[in-house]
Formats: sequence, structure tokens, C-alpha cells
Amino acid sequence: MILSFDLFEPYGFQFFQHGLVVATIAGALCGLLGVFVVLRGMSYIGHGLSHAVFGGAAASAVIGINFFIGAGIWGIVSGVLIARVARRRVLGADAAIGVVTTASFALGLALMNRYGQASKSIEAVLFGSVLGVKLVDIVAVSIVALFALSVIVLWYRKLLFSTFDPDVAQVSGVKVSLVEMVLLSLLSLTILVTMRVIGTLLISALLVIPAAAARMTTNSFSKLLWISPVIGATTCFVGMNLSYHLDTSASATIILLDALVFIAVYAIAGTRNRMKMASLGHV
Amino acid sequence: MSTLPLINCEHVSCTYGNAAVLDDVYMKINRGEFVGVVGPSGSGKTTLLKAILGTHPVAHGSITTQPKLTLGYVPQVETVDWYFPVTVEEVIVMTRSRTTWWPRISKSERAAVGEVLERLGIGDVAHRHIRELSGGQQQRVFLARAMFRDPDILIMDEPTSGVDVRTRHEVLHLLADLHAEGMTILLTTHDLNGLAAHLPRLVCLNKRVIADGNPREVLTPSVLEATYGAPMEVLEHGGMPLIIDHGRVQMRGEGK
Repeated sequence: MILSFDLFEPYGFQFFQHGLVVATIAGALCGLLGVFVVLRGMSYIGHGLSHAVFGGAAASAVIGINFFIGAGIWGIVSGVLIARVARRRVLGADAAIGVVTTASFALGLALMNRYGQASKSIEAVLFGSVLGVKLVDIVAVSIVALFALSVIVLWYRKLLFSTFDPDVAQVSGVKVSLVEMVLLSLLSLTILVTMRVIGTLLISALLVIPAAAARMTTNSFSKLLWISPVIGATTCFVGMNLSYHLDTSASATIILLDALVFIAVYAIAGTRNRMKMASLGHV
Repeated sequence: MSTLPLINCEHVSCTYGNAAVLDDVYMKINRGEFVGVVGPSGSGKTTLLKAILGTHPVAHGSITTQPKLTLGYVPQVETVDWYFPVTVEEVIVMTRSRTTWWPRISKSERAAVGEVLERLGIGDVAHRHIRELSGGQQQRVFLARAMFRDPDILIMDEPTSGVDVRTRHEVLHLLADLHAEGMTILLTTHDLNGLAAHLPRLVCLNKRVIADGNPREVLTPSVLEATYGAPMEVLEHGGMPLIIDHGRVQMRGEGK
């Protein structure tokens, strides 16, 4: 059987155009913040915050307030709560995330069961949907991306220092807890503006896989900050197109494509690094 | 120049939860001194450093420092993430994070980094990834980062922990040179013979200060037993005290 399709066919639909723009910007944004998520070992925080934001989304739908305001506030509050509980050291950060975010997720589910439009809307929130993407989503994801980029450029040194060595950064006058709060808030905002397309369950993969793949290609922090967003944006762009032609879920296609990129980079970089290590010997 | 001590700890107590880690500690560090804090694990050595650095709260008492005192802190190399994607140069300029926002390293910063690396005898490693360094080079890089702030005092946590004998000698000689140039140094160590016995002043700590003075005065069996809670013998070797612990255990099959 010969498969024949028009590559540009989906571009005739406005919902696809909107979805494609949001997904591509979201891919770059997640790739950018993902560098910090991966280097700080915060993968589970990304996973947890996406669940927490789901609770906020459900609550704002029930109360009847704007999704971005309700879920945004909820996400930032969850991030701050996680940071506070984790800093007390009685509970580890993983337990703190487990408590705050799963409770929030459960509340979201209960609210949607009780007041929502049952399974359809739950599925859209969990797995994402390009159908519901509007112009306001493009504006929101663009604003958050610009904000994140500004913070990362202006705070580049502080972010690098507090990620690499928080204790010495604090002694050197960097307000480490403020940097951490801003980073968690940015993460919450990113999840908020991305979740309509990618969905709650798969956002964390978009935060981790491009950055993890990029990490294997370079030993330079500054290069990581552009390689990871490029991988994120490209996989989202290609994944969106593929999903239309293969008739598969956009988020699943994007994440599978990311996973493929990761496997390919792992195979190539793994061999190269082993050869480099062997040639280095004992320095 | 002020004759006030650089750091003055008076009646200092610190806790972790309800457990007292430091109890009524008095210690003064004057400009130009080289002080080692020794004590067993859990004696509060690192907590004392953290309290001085301001990263651990003081429950009672006070730590006063000279106004505008700049601290250069060198953490234990064992706590460093050696896989982190940074070069030596990037590590060193990190301490300018508060004063400079521009992400790229400027020409003047690059020259200053080269200068401090040359001073520590590792002028050729600026562009290497931190993983591509030997043990001695690793310790020097983090010392270079602390020196880059032009500090009034260097504070080091276990500078010879987890390093081999050659690296320990390198570190000791380097610190002696810095001290000879006028640098004030405060460090913690558990290495009595390899490091502490060489220093001009030792503070023996076990929650409180057991003894404070030069090694000949403080490295005595009674002070060491009070500090470590175990009997120790002190011999003289090459004009320096040599500490031997009485932990001899007869193993099965030995002496046959």
C-alpha cells in the first residue's frame, strides 16, 4: 500500500495552526527550564507540579474563574509549599511533593467528577487536546516564554551558581531561596500554559527528556541552554505534524519522538564518551 | 588596620532540632592566623563553620565579624557534583554572580581568572571540564574560586578529606604558602597527623572547646581523650607530635 498524504493539509485548520504554535513554543520553554530540572534533580517536582496544577484547573472551572488565574495561583502556591516543606528537612522533598501534589490532583479529580462534564474534559486535561487551543493560549505561552528567557538571561550567573553549589552561592551573597522560588514559579507557569496541549500526565516528560538528551551532547552549561530548547521545539513541531497524519494523540507522539531522540543521542554520545574517557586515561 | 579579631565567637550554641551540636563555644580568629578545628565526627566542626558563614542559625551567644568582612569558603570536594557541565573558568567566576549579571565571561574576568590560577600553579586548566582534573587540581580550583573574591579569610571544610597522600602534601604546601603571604585561614580536619599537627594553632572541639593553642600544647593524651573519647598516645617524630590511637585489635590468624 502506498501512503500518500498532503504534508500541508493540517495547516488548513486553524485549530492545528494554534496547536502547532503553542506546542512549538511550549517545547522550547520546557526544554529551557528542563535544563534546571535535570541538573537540580527536580524531575519529580515537574511531575508533581503538573498534577497540582490539574487540581487548580478543576477548582477554577467549578468556581467559574479564569483557568490561567485559578490554576496559576494554585500551581505557584503548590511550588512554594513544596519548597517550604522540603526545606524543613524532616520530610524529604519527594515526600513533600507526594503529599502536596497528589492531594491536589485527587481534589481536582473529585471536583471534576462532581461538577465537571464527566470523562471527556478529564481526558482532555490529562492527555491534552489541540482542539481546545485558542489565541489566548498562544499569547499566554509566549508571555511565559519571554518571561522565562528574561529571567534566565538576567539571572544566568545566579541560576548557574545556585544550581551547582547552593551553599557557597548563599555565602557569596546570592539569595538562593529566592532563586529557587522564582524557578518553581516559572515551572508552575510553564506547566499551566502547556497543559492544554500536552496534558497533565506527559508534561514532566517534556521537561526532562530534551534536557537529558542535550546533556549527553555537551559539557557546557551555556550550550545546554540552547540545545535543549531546540530539541524540545523541534520534537514538538514534528510530533504535532506526525500526530495529524498518523491520527495519534499529539502529546503521546511528541513524547515518543522525544524518547527516540534520547535513545539515538544516548547510543551515539555513549560510544563517543566511552572512547573519550578511554583516551583521557588517568589525568 | 583594625586590631579587632576578624571573627569572634562568644558563648555560641547551635542545635539540630532539639539536639545541641555546639555548646558555649568561645573562639577568636585574628588577621593572619592559621587555625585548624579538630574533633570527632559529630563534634560540631562543620556546624561551627556554617554558623560563622551564616548558613546555620546560632541558638545562643553571638558571632561577630569585622565590618565588610569577605569570606572565601571552600567546601569539601566530596560534596561537588563533578559531572556538572561547567569548566574551571566558569566555576571560578561564579563568585561574581551578585555583582555582574552579564552571562558571558568578560576579558578582564578572564585575565583575573588566569592570574589566580597561575598563583595556585594551575594556569593551564581554565578551559577544562571540572571532571578532567586530578585530585590536587580539583582542590586548587575550589581554592581559586574562594580566592577570586579577594577574601579576608579562607574557610575550608576538611580540605584533605578523601584525597590521596600526594594531594594532601600539595594542599598543605599550598596553604602554608598562602599563609606566608598573609592569608588568614580557618579549616576543619579529622586528619591529626597529616594536617593538624603541622598547623600553628589548633582548636580541639567536641560540642565545646576542649583546648586551644599550638599543637605541642593541645595534642596531649588527656586533651585527645577528652576530645575523641578514646585513649591516644602522643610520640615525637621529626620534631612534631605523632598521634597513635590504642585501637589495636587482634585479628584471627594473626601471630601464627
